[in-house]
Amino acid sequence: MSATPARLDRRAVVARLLQDRGDAIVVTGLGSPTYDVAACGDHDRNVYLWGAMGGCAVMALGIALARPDTPVIAVTGDGEMLMGLGSFATIAVQAPKNLTVVVLDNSLYGETGGQASHSVVTDIAAVAAATGIQDARAIAEMGDVEALASRATALGNGPCVAVVKIDQAERERVLPTRDGHAIRVRVRQALGLSID
Amino acid sequence: MNAMHPQAAHASPAGWPMDIFAALKAAHVRQVAYVPDGGHAQLIRAVHDDAGMVAIPLTTEEEGVALVSGAWLGGDRACLLMQSSGVGNCVNMLSLVRNMGGPFLTFVTMRGEYGEFNPWQVPMGTGTPDAFRLMGVHVMRADTPDAVGPTAAAAARMAYEGGNAVAVLLGQQLIGAKVFVK
Repeated sequence: MSATPARLDRRAVVARLLQDRGDAIVVTGLGSPTYDVAACGDHDRNVYLWGAMGGCAVMALGIALARPDTPVIAVTGDGEMLMGLGSFATIAVQAPKNLTVVVLDNSLYGETGGQASHSVVTDIAAVAAATGIQDARAIAEMGDVEALASRATALGNGPCVAVVKIDQAERERVLPTRDGHAIRVRVRQALGLSID
Repeated sequence: MNAMHPQAAHASPAGWPMDIFAALKAAHVRQVAYVPDGGHAQLIRAVHDDAGMVAIPLTTEEEGVALVSGAWLGGDRACLLMQSSGVGNCVNMLSLVRNMGGPFLTFVTMRGEYGEFNPWQVPMGTGTPDAFRLMGVHVMRADTPDAVGPTAAAAARMAYEGGNAVAVLLGQQLIGAKVFVK
């Protein structure tokens, strides 16, 4: 391991990211990112995933394309993102200005026993950049999280992918509802849509 | 012709792909996700040419399942175009449709079921209906050109008005077996 500054605390990162979220819709990748977002408080515009691994960013893309004036933030982990790396290319082709994908990268699969993830070797932000996403950031400091929060809760020039290096500590599990139907109804109602 | 297989000739009759397009327009479908397929080529071109639709090329079919679910949360009707070889890729992602509900509609061009030259297409050609049923997706089929339009309209109604998950299989006899020209 090279000498790097202490990695960020995942809960502090997500709390700062969502502190002034405004109208943003947030989609969470299964496992710890779902708990991290829930730990910030439940919200009508939260879409909690408990499965569908690899689908978080591209599900957020579907929402972003449907509502081009509303910021959409996918908050996921390195393992979940690695299962859907092709999503970066799909997002790059669509280039929505209202989509930010935040990858909380602790380089391990925390939910399944802490196995090392590929991001020990693979640079996920560089992968995103190579697919054509112009704004692909690697973040290691809280000051950059603040700038990311400003970007994620507004419209940019195109999609943004931010890979945030976080520490490997396990946090208390804050479990939101697992009822996806209830989430669907709640989000659509919050957006002024019919429930079915 | 299919740019990814320039030596292959397709015998897609004009007509039925635009019947699917008409059904999608009538149902106000806006997002159309696809993995390129020769049988869907005409429909994909029509979607790209329509200012009221968003054409979304995918790198793999399961992306489309998640995207369609997201589109619905945001207020858009969406559908997924793919060929039978991609259906197996969708199996776990369909748990999203099962758990969240909302409409899911896909049109699947069948390979590996009738006069197929390429044996690598046959396993998923055989398994496609069962793969959908395994995950609770209602399966419909059209095998003749004149059946496609009514089937597409019926499927759209079940999906967008009934909130169902529906797959329409477009039989290989409809599309014609791919001819490999040496």
